[in-house]
Amino acid sequence: MSKPKIATTSLAGCFGCHMSLLDIDERILQLIELIDFDKSPIDDIKKIEGRCAVGLIEGGCCNEENVHVLQEFREHCDVLVSLGDCATMGGIPAMRNNIPLAECFDEAYLTGITVYNPSGQVPNDPDIPLILDKVYPAHEVVKIDYFLPGCPPSADAIWAAVTALLSGKPIELPYELLKYD
Amino acid sequence: MKFTIDGQEIEAKPGQTIMEAADAAGIYIPRLCAHSDLKPIGSCRVCTVIVDGRPQAACVKPVAEGMVVENETPELLEHRRNIIDMMFVEGNHFCMFCERSGNCELQAMAYRFGITAPQYPFQFPPKEVDASHPDVMLDHNRCIMCARCVRASQELDGKNVFQSIGRGFDRKIGVNGEKVLADTDMSVDDRSADVCPVGCIIKKRTAFKTPIGQRLYDHQPIGSDIEEGGHE
Repeated sequence: MSKPKIATTSLAGCFGCHMSLLDIDERILQLIELIDFDKSPIDDIKKIEGRCAVGLIEGGCCNEENVHVLQEFREHCDVLVSLGDCATMGGIPAMRNNIPLAECFDEAYLTGITVYNPSGQVPNDPDIPLILDKVYPAHEVVKIDYFLPGCPPSADAIWAAVTALLSGKPIELPYELLKYD
Repeated sequence: MKFTIDGQEIEAKPGQTIMEAADAAGIYIPRLCAHSDLKPIGSCRVCTVIVDGRPQAACVKPVAEGMVVENETPELLEHRRNIIDMMFVEGNHFCMFCERSGNCELQAMAYRFGITAPQYPFQFPPKEVDASHPDVMLDHNRCIMCARCVRASQELDGKNVFQSIGRGFDRKIGVNGEKVLADTDMSVDDRSADVCPVGCIIKKRTAFKTPIGQRLYDHQPIGSDIEEGGHE
């Protein structure tokens, strides 16, 4: 029987949750015995191909490309996990959510005190994914089956969650592994 | 006098609230607005228990002889979880950079209830930060309207620094009406600077002093001290 597959992605995140995934250290050798990676920054496969047992989502949705990738993950993954605070509640990128988008752009590209932008242009190329009005947690865009909060979730929490899912058990984190920071 | 909580017989003194009697008996009833040094106001409703079939706030309801109290029923746990969820989505609770994280009662309550994500849509309401005072910061993003600061200022400090202003969703903690904290007689030594359950009232230059792993709720759920028999 071929090994089940795991896909991972970082949407509006900082890759910190993926760093925490790598923090499982030598247990990654055990993980590789259990699973194959599909699309993931770890193997650099760009497009999700086959059926995946588990999808790990880092980051919320701040632009249309994030939404597209998240919807593809939902289609291809049996179980989808929000990995970390950004996927769960928007996280640091969601700090812009109560500021009008135009003000954010002005601050970032025109009026911010460290901005050097003599042409006064605000990026608006059709090749750049369209930014959303605010940052959405993953579960406000697609159905999410499990949440693993934390900034990032600890390697032990990720390990406990992934191994539980691969053995068909629900994720039950002990008290000390459920943290929001 | 005697009464029961979840079938367990409890001895209480006349005049005690259900919460006080439960605490003394080592039974923890979750709470956010109640504080052992302040008069209870029954505002947050996290301590709701069923008393002889009717919901009551345990922090304000006095014990009566023969009272039958339900505390840990599935319905009450769900009710409390719903309130905690609402507090998370109605504020801007960014635990990842909050100075109170690990020592925050709202966060600890969510941990105790095993909440991994709130079930309601996030509101991300626009809120203000008042950093005008030299020693104390007021971050309304994190306020849960427990009014502990209002009571501590009046009851313990003999001042009137904080008040509740506005109604409904727009209700907020104000200082001298529409002024800022620097315009008040707030001192960093006031008890009102200590009682905030969340990261709304923060003493400047004290952030992140306690390392992760040594904070109040890193290893033990909130309420463990009461359940182990000691008073809060």
